[in-house]
Amino acid sequence: MPMVLKLVAQRIALGLLLLLAVSVLIFAGTQILPGDVAQSILGQSATPTALANLRRDLGLDDPAYIRYFRWLWGVMHGDLGTALSNGQDIATQIGERLGNTLFLAFWAAVVAVPLAITLGLVSVRYRNRWPDRLISTVSLASISLPEFFIGYVLIYYFSARHQWFPSLATVYDGMPLLERLRAIALPVAVLTLVVLAHMMRMTRAAIMNVMQSAYIETAELKGLSAFKVIIRHAFPNAISPIVNVVMINLAYLVVGVVVVEVIFVYPGMGQYLVDHVAKRDVPVVQATGLIFAAVYIALNLIADVVAILSNPRLRHPK
Amino acid sequence: MKMPLSAMIGLAVSGAIFLAAILAPLIAPYGMAEIVGDVWEPASSAHWLGTDNIGRDLLTRLIYGGRTTIFIAMLATALSFSLGSFLGVTAAVIGGWVDQVMSRLVDLMMAIPSLIFALVVLSVMPVTLPVLIIVMGLLDSTRVFRLARAVAVDINVMDFVEAARLRGEGRIWIIFREILPNALSPLVAELGLRFIFAVLFLSTLSFLGLGVQPPASDWGGMVKENKDGIVFGINAALYPAAAISILAISVNLVADWVLNRTSDLKGGRGG
Repeated sequence: MPMVLKLVAQRIALGLLLLLAVSVLIFAGTQILPGDVAQSILGQSATPTALANLRRDLGLDDPAYIRYFRWLWGVMHGDLGTALSNGQDIATQIGERLGNTLFLAFWAAVVAVPLAITLGLVSVRYRNRWPDRLISTVSLASISLPEFFIGYVLIYYFSARHQWFPSLATVYDGMPLLERLRAIALPVAVLTLVVLAHMMRMTRAAIMNVMQSAYIETAELKGLSAFKVIIRHAFPNAISPIVNVVMINLAYLVVGVVVVEVIFVYPGMGQYLVDHVAKRDVPVVQATGLIFAAVYIALNLIADVVAILSNPRLRHPK
Repeated sequence: MKMPLSAMIGLAVSGAIFLAAILAPLIAPYGMAEIVGDVWEPASSAHWLGTDNIGRDLLTRLIYGGRTTIFIAMLATALSFSLGSFLGVTAAVIGGWVDQVMSRLVDLMMAIPSLIFALVVLSVMPVTLPVLIIVMGLLDSTRVFRLARAVAVDINVMDFVEAARLRGEGRIWIIFREILPNALSPLVAELGLRFIFAVLFLSTLSFLGLGVQPPASDWGGMVKENKDGIVFGINAALYPAAAISILAISVNLVADWVLNRTSDLKGGRGG
């Protein structure tokens, strides 16, 4: 087997192992309290018989590790259980919402990634001059802004003052694509602003690192234009760290949607998770938590694999 | 060393916010839960920022809210910091399988996004102040652990630590008297960043309704209370949101300067 394939396979196996461990952690996280789900469904005034019946129905009489394996077995067969709050099947409820969330994150990525890389290139081209300083000051500030501040400022100016975009990102089945895009314009803008700064700074740092190499000096002395030096000579050698930072930010994007969905009342996974945390609907929280963690781990895994593929040095670990 | 202008502004602004939080009962014009006017009154000379969703003075709420936000964030930071740095240095000093177990456990915890993990845990825990502080502190201590461990591994192999070992000092002595004092400066630079993270994290939780519970309120909770006014062009929710941002930016400016200074001391590796 070629070395590369072996390394990638190893990395994927490690990712799966990590996911398994994470599922244990998420399950354990919901078992910390001495009280149990039956108690929280029926409330403090429940009779002991009612409690005992419900416990038996939910299988709570079994020890935690048996419940864990039962849950894991179900998850691996696509059965995420039923929601306590409305008795519906979680997998069907999640299906559509996951699509909505990925749609939102996808468009945010489509806007943010090219913009971040372009701005990174621009700020390397004009390093230590005013465009670079402006970009880095603005990005330092935007790292400190909470999502809801950006979100509500945008709603305040673009939907309340001028009715350019809707303040609620309502989407429904069979909505035409253009209308759908208009509905998610503001949430996409917020997500973009949230990840842009970090992505751009890291792009800049990655290229700046390469810019100190001798071959860059050669290219400059050959008389190539500054942009050409950056794009033809520096950028290809910085791709690996850039892809890495892009993937990490996309992973962040998937988490950032939680807050953004609540701001814009968007029918996605984040909204679903937050609603059911408030209702203490443990099966839903476990399932959504696991899916969020899985997406997060998968994106980080892709970042590692791309790094291995694009950098020959990583193929021969010492 | 001269302090740059940005750090001075940051220090002044964050100092003012902290002072306002400490002196809240003295400088707030009204009582925290006192209903003094109509719903969402515009700014006037009696109410500088107007009133909130049930007619309480917004400026008063903002001052008290800052108190809650800063208090919880500081306690959470203190917890994450002491726990993370102690365990990180311990892992580096003991090494071997103890280090392996602790490091892999931290890797595992960091594989789940903090917010998601916090939501999972808060779905079964009662949302009270101690629970909030412990959850935030524990989740954030993973980052401090990594930094402390990385710094301590470097120091652990230095001659003076070796000398202490040969003298027959115990592990506790080595951790607290040899390594921690020398690891302090990079760790302190990290302190500011962890504090900002705690402020943002708490605000986000409160905004989602899973942080500080009413009637007490922090800045994130105030955004939640007043967010319904935004679509009608009432900007009451923007003040607490802006307060969070201003605090975060000003602490960031100070932390940035401290970070540059400490990396200069190590021979300008910061670059």
